Amino acid sequence: MSETAVGGAGASAEEAPTVSVTIDGVAVSARPGELVIEAAERAGVFVPRFCYHPRMDPVGVCRMCLVEISGPRGFSLQPSCYVRVADGQEVRTSSEKARKAQEGVLEFLLVNHPLDCPVCDKGGECPLQDQALTHGPGDTRFVEEKRHWAKPIEISPLVYLDRERCIQCSRCTRFADEVAGEALIDFAFRGDAIEVATFPSRPFSSYFSGNTVQICPVGALTAAPYRFASRPWDLEQVETTCTSCAVGCRIVAQSSAGKLVRYLGVDADPVNQSWLCDRGRYGFEANGEGRVSSPSRRKGEGHEAIRWPEALRQVAGALQAAAAAGEGRVGVLGGARLTNEDAYAWAKLARTVLRTDHVDAQLDDGLPAATVLGLPRATIDEAVHARLVVTLAGDLREELPVLYLRLRRALAHDGLAVLECSSVPQALSAEGATRVGYLPGEVARLVGALTGDAEPGEVPGADRSGVVTARRMLAAAAAGGATRGEGVVVVLGRPNLAEPAVGYAEAAALLHAALPGARFLPALRRGNVHGALEMGLAPGVLPGRVGLEEGRAWYESAWGNLPGATGRGARELLEAAAAGELDVLVLLGADPLADLPDPDLARRALEGVGSVVAVASHWDASSSAAQLVLPAAAADERSGSTTNLEGRVTRVAQKVVPPGTAWPAWTIAVALAAEMGDDLGFDNLETLSAEIERVAPSQRGIDLDVLGRPAHRDGLVAPIAAVGVRVGRRGPRLIDPIATPGIASVEEQGAPLVVGDAVALGGQPAGIAGAGPTGSRPPLLGPPASSVPATAPRLDAYSLRLVVGRTLYDRGTLVAASPSLAPLRPEATVRVHPSVLERLGVRDGEPVRVTGPGGAVELAASADEAVARDLAVATARLGTGERPGIESLVAGEGPIDVRLETI
Amino acid sequence: MAHLDDETRRKALATVALYPERRSALIPLCHLAQAQDGWLTPEAMEDIAELVGVTPAEVRGTATFYDMLHTEPVGRYVVAVCTNIACMLSGAYETLEHAEERLGVHVGQTTEDGMFTLEDAECLAGCDKAPCIQVNHRFFGPVDPPALDRLVDDLASGALDEVVPPHGVLCRVERTVGLEAAGAAGVPAAEEAP
Ligand code: SF4
Ligand code: SF4
Ligand code: FES
Ligand code: FES
Repeated sequence: MSETAVGGAGASAEEAPTVSVTIDGVAVSARPGELVIEAAERAGVFVPRFCYHPRMDPVGVCRMCLVEISGPRGFSLQPSCYVRVADGQEVRTSSEKARKAQEGVLEFLLVNHPLDCPVCDKGGECPLQDQALTHGPGDTRFVEEKRHWAKPIEISPLVYLDRERCIQCSRCTRFADEVAGEALIDFAFRGDAIEVATFPSRPFSSYFSGNTVQICPVGALTAAPYRFASRPWDLEQVETTCTSCAVGCRIVAQSSAGKLVRYLGVDADPVNQSWLCDRGRYGFEANGEGRVSSPSRRKGEGHEAIRWPEALRQVAGALQAAAAAGEGRVGVLGGARLTNEDAYAWAKLARTVLRTDHVDAQLDDGLPAATVLGLPRATIDEAVHARLVVTLAGDLREELPVLYLRLRRALAHDGLAVLECSSVPQALSAEGATRVGYLPGEVARLVGALTGDAEPGEVPGADRSGVVTARRMLAAAAAGGATRGEGVVVVLGRPNLAEPAVGYAEAAALLHAALPGARFLPALRRGNVHGALEMGLAPGVLPGRVGLEEGRAWYESAWGNLPGATGRGARELLEAAAAGELDVLVLLGADPLADLPDPDLARRALEGVGSVVAVASHWDASSSAAQLVLPAAAADERSGSTTNLEGRVTRVAQKVVPPGTAWPAWTIAVALAAEMGDDLGFDNLETLSAEIERVAPSQRGIDLDVLGRPAHRDGLVAPIAAVGVRVGRRGPRLIDPIATPGIASVEEQGAPLVVGDAVALGGQPAGIAGAGPTGSRPPLLGPPASSVPATAPRLDAYSLRLVVGRTLYDRGTLVAASPSLAPLRPEATVRVHPSVLERLGVRDGEPVRVTGPGGAVELAASADEAVARDLAVATARLGTGERPGIESLVAGEGPIDVRLETI
Repeated sequence: MAHLDDETRRKALATVALYPERRSALIPLCHLAQAQDGWLTPEAMEDIAELVGVTPAEVRGTATFYDMLHTEPVGRYVVAVCTNIACMLSGAYETLEHAEERLGVHVGQTTEDGMFTLEDAECLAGCDKAPCIQVNHRFFGPVDPPALDRLVDDLASGALDEVVPPHGVLCRVERTVGLEAAGAAGVPAAEEAP
């Protein structure tokens, strides 16, 4: 990060302030290279501004921040957002001359700006309104006609533009260009005809478009979902975390009259730096739609509402019978939508009361839990400051948008070296990352060739020179640190559902063995999947990153008896269910019918199992098929904590009440245990959180109380010891109400990391209900051992190897339930090299039949030069009931070869 | 990438190669496209965006800033009448009004046959010929109403074809000497460009 771009954020705290300047007569020590406006702000002097934004490069276009700055020829008016501090500089921000300049600028800005704040959506939280009052002349000499425009124009389905309100600050256009890297909007025309405009045939369809609305300092840009939905003075807000994906962006959730109406990004320095993606920003709409609002029992084709006591009795009855029948008769699937506390409660319930280790928060679409939890973890900040970032993951823009945003900015703006290993080119390589390809199924071979000592052999799907370049990059970066690989960050995900996960686990193990200093950022996508794994919702894993066997003694002393054998993961579990080996399947917000890469297996499993109990917030395919449904509170309806892909634990807060009689999932676990005559040992969130802190080794020192302290609003990265003394926390910082209008009631926003300020580690249990564990804490999971990669040749010369990727707006429950996002879903296509279509005699856009081991689907063909000649690329979860998606071809582990045929 | 013809694309690539930064070639490429079509069509802007590595919105943003680039269709001849001070004092408004009558269009409009677009202009730097007119950026002056009639007749009849090429064509002789990026190895010279 350049200093200009990030203001206080990138300049690390170690740099001692050394430049002394005088601001309004007060001596201030500023950081070298700091902008005058920032130095003034830290000294408590607010300079009015519009175009300046702390997270973007300064441009000095609006002139609102003019102040008098001393120079060799005395004082002159200069934009304080553009001039950097210099030793001995003197700044006057409110002298007669500076005031006059500021008043003049405001008078000019208002020349063409309508004076109708009462009917403007920004009224009440508008920097122009506020600064016209504080720094304006209070009057105007302009009596002529103002500009008139047709209004509003829809520059995208989500963003509306009222051009007459625009003050040409260029925040939106700079965001689109500089931060998102998609300059789909720009100024058109000149002088008083100037306007923000898209190219006529290309709407502003960016995953990040909502940020422009957030930073527009006037009412020119509004978001379709919020436009005229509320007035600022009717809003209530809490600071919380977005759980639409695993980045865990910090947000404020705002509600009006008990209804969620808006999310705004909070400037959490280590995470989202005030940005959000549109899926996260508008995903809250899903809270209002398609909810399960009361316990329900299946009746005929539908469900009938029943009361909680009855529901608990029935569910507990089924579970008790299953548990009595022996170990492992119950399976628990899902958990990525839960809070950490929910996940812990269910992990404990499953192990101690349901007598099963068949628990899995992932639906066979991620990575082995031991790999995710065992590898040394990186933070996002470490990644953007790394010597080299290697991505071995799905397209981050589609899966973890704000992580992509941060990496892209570092790549395009700060020269971060990125090596993208991908079967199909992704967004980062389009932005300049070096790319090396591989045939699906051959990832471990590729990594072997990149890290091995010997001359690399042939890697299927990779061209030789690409491998050589990548090897050189990796070697150069790896040699830089004290330990080999230090400073290398690997983003590890599951790019292709038609390819075995084990290849990625192997690849990671190889990388770790070759580069012991390298750190990993696991790119699993689902909301709180990392928290669920951390809390033990994975077979063979207990809360706090410990293995079942390693942690047995510790947990048996804390919890009581544990299941004897390691349980099954999602796929094997469902196979067992299909074979009739399971009595009860509990779905924790999981929707395997729609979400499992192999939907046919899910169907057979749900039919084969004794009974299905869904703990669900929404009516989806699977909860609609369950015998018993228990309504669960969704995001913003309950408190607790969540864990992002860095292992960062942050608080999530309740803003609205759940619909009907929905409960937080942890209370359901407690009530079920009680119904079965057991006691989980906690009956409120505080004791639950304290137990996690006390029992789960990776969570030492982290509980809701600690996370609630202002200094830890950006969360704590677990385990605390592993991040040494570098603990992210916010220092005191004045808020910049102009950077994110409407967020003013959050008292503090992002601040630099403070070094050497670790929180006190949790001591021995004191006065907490339940017996404390005895003995020494079990060790955390370590990195997996590497094995020799296998290789799978393509079936024959006519078949194409299948790549099943993901897209941000798919048919998942949350997108489907959000009226603004659902229409944005792309068409389902199969992308192939143009030569493949030529061979078939099919034109671009025409339907083709894709046949694989699991069946056949019809998709529109799309010719794409970027796709290798032996690949077929499609996107999961775009199918409908009548037109099944590509995932219905996925059967078994893969890799999968398909054929294309004309229809 | 489909709109620019082979010849234009060849010139465009050669032009792009002359600049250390691709996007610096944006404005010259707009002129090339305008020479092909007479105005800057949306399709051409999309092609240019791809050639110089920016978005079409940015091409349009730049193009709409400049009066010499037209993002709406114009006639074969764009007649720009200067109404700045020197020309105004020498009767520019009479000429302009006459032009409106003669062509049957208002300032900013194009005749139905697509031959003429009428514009008013600020000082064209031809004050010595006041009132001054440019037709497709070629100077004429002084132009009083009778002279304007003659000019329009000559343009319409083709008598001035040698002097005034159709709108968009800035020069008819392509310069091929001296246009090489110094030190830029592998830069195709204009003649050899693909
Ligand atoms: S639309 Fe808003 S953010 Fe964009 S330039 Fe205008 S005032 Fe600035
Ligand atoms: S990147 Fe993920 S966490 Fe951030 S706003 Fe988007 S969905 Fe939410
Ligand atoms: S010129 Fe400084 S804030 Fe705009
Ligand atoms: S005033 Fe008309 S050309 Fe200068």
